[in-house]
Amino acid sequence: MAGSASTPKNLDLPPAMIEGVTSVADWVIVWPIALPMLGAAVLLMARKRPEWQAPFAFVILLATLVANFMLYMRVQAEGPLTMTMGNWLPPYGISLTADALSALFSLVSAFILLIVVLFVQSEVETRENKYGYHSLLLLLLTGVSGGFLTGDLFNLYVWFEVMLIASFGLLIIGGRKIQLDGAVKYGFLNFLATTFFLIAIGFLYGLVGTLNMADIALKAPQVESGAIYAVAALFFLAFAMKGAAFPLNAWLPASYHAPDPAVSAVFAGLLTKVGVYALVRTHLLLIPQSHAQLQLVMEVVAAFTLILAPLGAMAQTNARRALGFLVVGGIGAMLAGLAIGSPTGVFGLAAYAVNSMLVMTALYLVVGLVERMGGTSDIRKLGGLYRANSWLSILFIVLVFAVAGLPPFLGFWPKMILVQAGVEVGNFWLVAFILLNSILTSIAGTRLWAHIFWRDGREGANSEQINERIRPLTTRAKVWGLLPAGALVAFIVVAGLVPQPLFKAGATAAFAIYEPAEYVGSVFGSLSAAEE
Amino acid sequence: MEIALSFLIGLFFTVAIYLLLSRSLIRMLLGIAIIGNGVNLLIFTIGRVTREVPPIVPSGEYAPLETIANPLPQALILTAIVIGFSLFAFLLVLTYRAYQELDADNTDTMRVAEPEDSPRPPLSY
Repeated sequence: MAGSASTPKNLDLPPAMIEGVTSVADWVIVWPIALPMLGAAVLLMARKRPEWQAPFAFVILLATLVANFMLYMRVQAEGPLTMTMGNWLPPYGISLTADALSALFSLVSAFILLIVVLFVQSEVETRENKYGYHSLLLLLLTGVSGGFLTGDLFNLYVWFEVMLIASFGLLIIGGRKIQLDGAVKYGFLNFLATTFFLIAIGFLYGLVGTLNMADIALKAPQVESGAIYAVAALFFLAFAMKGAAFPLNAWLPASYHAPDPAVSAVFAGLLTKVGVYALVRTHLLLIPQSHAQLQLVMEVVAAFTLILAPLGAMAQTNARRALGFLVVGGIGAMLAGLAIGSPTGVFGLAAYAVNSMLVMTALYLVVGLVERMGGTSDIRKLGGLYRANSWLSILFIVLVFAVAGLPPFLGFWPKMILVQAGVEVGNFWLVAFILLNSILTSIAGTRLWAHIFWRDGREGANSEQINERIRPLTTRAKVWGLLPAGALVAFIVVAGLVPQPLFKAGATAAFAIYEPAEYVGSVFGSLSAAEE
Repeated sequence: MEIALSFLIGLFFTVAIYLLLSRSLIRMLLGIAIIGNGVNLLIFTIGRVTREVPPIVPSGEYAPLETIANPLPQALILTAIVIGFSLFAFLLVLTYRAYQELDADNTDTMRVAEPEDSPRPPLSY
């Protein structure tokens, strides 16, 4: 728009526009969103060439990962980074703003999707490639990264919808009955959640007259009206539904076991975490005064989610449905961090989210391989997989320890920080629930492991009987399935043994949330520069 | 005008929530369509309904001369309509396919993903 031929010469631009060209280095914030979006579009055009899909998606994701890594290093070094689209001055233009929290989550998302695209090569049929499997995966990453990196509330809604439509496509690709059934429930409830989000945006706009997050962070604390608390409660409702917190969690275990295991893995890793991220943004940065008002609600929701999710996992006979409940349990731990609301609490939340993204994805991938060997995910019919493939059983038990939070695995450190945060503010009953969640999760997880791997045969079989249903993994499944899953687990183990990078990442992310001045400064900094 | 619109929005939401609480998917779809329109109307009202002139800058000026109507809510609604329409279209096709495959328009009988008579978890271990 700027510099087009129709611009009158006498127009006074500085009050509305950024003059001069955005430096190339600042473009780094656009690439994590633009690359997967472009990749998805190109792959859709190349849908007649199924053999191109996977290599191209891999290259695009590798580039996205590099872009995310550059963005993350930049944010770590220099603090929040902002680029406003179309060179309009904020708050007129739509800003993309990356702080340590959003850059961290975006980086982990790209990493997870890279692993999953490798895993997908072990199972996707050419037929599914034609219907755009890889483009939908890239589009999902676009929505997730966009949601993390945007600095505009309405834009966040748009990214939520991009994510939603991509996940619809992935959920029903293949068109089996169970997928259609799961997709109906997933579709209606998630669409309703984004509608609530839109209502909250409308009310907030009516109260503060702006949608730019940094601008809201400046203006919302000055709002005297009690209506701001109603807006905050609506945000909590919408994002708790997106994040599958109790009692709005029903859609998650109803749908996550329906699609391909790889798709389940991406969903478990990425989707609910965007909801949690949005909760942190809205309740701690945008409307900080609402946190004290909603704290009790958050605590109760977190406590119920922490306890009921692993109990639900124990009651399942379908391994992937049980994992769905474990995803929900992780959301409970993150909500506990949000409810505590101190910098240590957000530190624990950020670290736990990273842990949950990696570990839940890996668990679904491993269970995907189990399904391929056993032909079912019904734990009553599985058994004897330890004898058939001991590597797979090692991967699974390591992940169970990680998700339950046993030292020295990755899940232990975030839980420790969350407990420390709870003790610091004297919220001992929430601490008790976090610890109880660990015990219940380890029971639920080890029960799965014992039934799938440890015992010799299916339910009711003699101990010497060999489970004849089990087929060994094909070479293709070993190379493209076991290796990526194993690499992800190895990464989780190393990250658990050397937790310093996670600590550093989580601490800077929490610091970023409690320093709104830096976030706001990165958006409006260009404004003061223009005035000089 | 705002008050009248508020009541209208309230009516939209009431009807939509009533329909969404139904077991029939067709009614739920209608509820989704109505709640979408209710939200659009809400954003429109929240941007303040004014009888001002459209935000057009006369030639030779840089800024509008008098108070203008707020164009932003209209841009938001336009986006929300497009998104809401496409998602509604998807849900419509999805529901139709589900009706064909599962032979059910009633959420009580849609139990493929969560079988009603699901077996008890194994009691070993």
